[in-house]
Amino acid sequence: MTDLTKLTIADARDKLRAKEFTAAELTDAFVGAIDAADELNAFVHKTPEIAAEQAKAADARIAGGDAPDLCGIPLGIKDLFCTKGVNSQAASAILDGFKPEYESTITNQLFDNGAVMLGKLNMDEFAMGSSNETSVYGDVVNPWKVDDRNLTPGGSSGGSAAAVAADLCMGATGTDTGGSIRQPAAFTGITGIKPTYGRCSRWGVVAFASSLDQAGPMTKDVRDAAIMLEAMCGHDPKDSTSAELAVPNFEAALTGDIKGKKIGLPKEYRMDGMPTEIEKLWADGANMLRDAGADVVDISLPHTKYALPAYYVIAPAEASSNLARYDGVRFGHRATLDAGDGINEMYEKTRAEGFGAEVQRRVMVGTYVLSAGFYDAYYNRARRVRALIKKDFDDVFATGVDAILTPATPSAAFGLGEMKEADPVQMYLNDVFTVTVNLAGLPGISVPAGLDAQGLPLGLQLIGRPWEEGELLNTAYVLEQAAGFVAKPAKWW
Amino acid sequence: MSIDTDTARRVAKLARIKVEEDALPALAQEFSNILTFIEQLNEVDVEGVDPMTSVTPQRLKRRDDVVTDGDQPEAVLKNAPDAREGFFAVPKVVE
Repeated sequence: MTDLTKLTIADARDKLRAKEFTAAELTDAFVGAIDAADELNAFVHKTPEIAAEQAKAADARIAGGDAPDLCGIPLGIKDLFCTKGVNSQAASAILDGFKPEYESTITNQLFDNGAVMLGKLNMDEFAMGSSNETSVYGDVVNPWKVDDRNLTPGGSSGGSAAAVAADLCMGATGTDTGGSIRQPAAFTGITGIKPTYGRCSRWGVVAFASSLDQAGPMTKDVRDAAIMLEAMCGHDPKDSTSAELAVPNFEAALTGDIKGKKIGLPKEYRMDGMPTEIEKLWADGANMLRDAGADVVDISLPHTKYALPAYYVIAPAEASSNLARYDGVRFGHRATLDAGDGINEMYEKTRAEGFGAEVQRRVMVGTYVLSAGFYDAYYNRARRVRALIKKDFDDVFATGVDAILTPATPSAAFGLGEMKEADPVQMYLNDVFTVTVNLAGLPGISVPAGLDAQGLPLGLQLIGRPWEEGELLNTAYVLEQAAGFVAKPAKWW
Repeated sequence: MSIDTDTARRVAKLARIKVEEDALPALAQEFSNILTFIEQLNEVDVEGVDPMTSVTPQRLKRRDDVVTDGDQPEAVLKNAPDAREGFFAVPKVVE
């Protein structure tokens, strides 16, 4: 029998319906693969009992002829999603032992579609990080390896990326506030899409920066991303920013025809000191789209340079407000108090013990930029710059551009620990190509497009018009077919 | 902008995060570096530009002001570090 863990969601769906194997057998194969991959530290709360029950129910649905696309498909869920009765800790000590009494809208929708949950996936603490080194569970290790170093899978959805790349699940949920789906997807040779802001409900997803956070799927290929995204999208009255729009059939949008589409190459993304490999990958990608009949044009997004600084005001500001709820009263960790300690000591000690260094840093930066006397100079200025960044995109789309092609990351995966001594700002530069998309609320997808000289995967990013995920996925599909990326990490774990 | 240890101490206090006195100088230095990075924003001409309030054009929805959920104190208190007699318990707040 072929190794079931290597299948795509689309293949498994067809074979489950053809009764070539059962959802229970498929699930068992993944449970075994997960247990043999503890070295990667991707799954941090395994849920084999839940998976077995859901697989059994899925088999019954398939037998009854009522099988949605995700029926019986084993998935991993990022620890940021609240899952009823299952630890949901945002990889933070402050949510130690937290088991929600409710289910996030997205996981609820996935389960209604018959999906099977294999467990919760590691991530950067509160999704703050680009290397999965800020997690209370420890680092995730990238399944890709080219020498004796352990590499980062990227972050914050590093566990999701590593799990999909290592065939520990067929797809995984991720979230993306500044690049947290697309950067780890690029570092691990998989596909990840962040939909338009408002497409996926944020209800039950632990909040980091509410005006930027969006969930999305991380999968082995573009077709699987289309299938999984469709199940995750939809209007939710419980999220006041959720869009009241019909969800199209994204898989049906994958026609492979992009003739006459206009693809923009933003000149501001040609950074000083960009590795020649990345530059070549980008040019190759443009040629592939041109060969497929697209009209590739140079464009300008003049405020690109200011996206990261604007992000590092807005995201910490929102985080400082969102994370105020972790006070040791309602859930999670509370510090042991000394005699005479009052409520302020309880807050201060609890938050000092519960938050890691990067989270503390961002909460305090956010507090500072929102404090009296600095609100206008920092926070309001950043929001005005954000409006200009969005206008850059609006202007480009108004000239008829359908999608924008850029590199996904400024480099391939780096070694775990290599950035430990670096200034935090150096780590922030990982998101230089992705963060603009969050600020403008647009859909963006990372597609694996090649290997660097060391043999590590590199990704290209496509940015689409708002609400045009179907068209964006189709362009990504064309790029994927042309790039023909099939490399997989050699199993060493 | 350069942040001194007094400012770092004040920000930590506002954020309700206990920072030991000997950790303040390093924290102040990190804040200074991050703020220097952020201050690139001062180069941008934002004259006449309104601060963004919503990235999509939609208006926040309103609903009727009625109770839609509730009456589940056990579920609400389930994860509390200290819950007693149907309440969250905290250290004494008033003398």
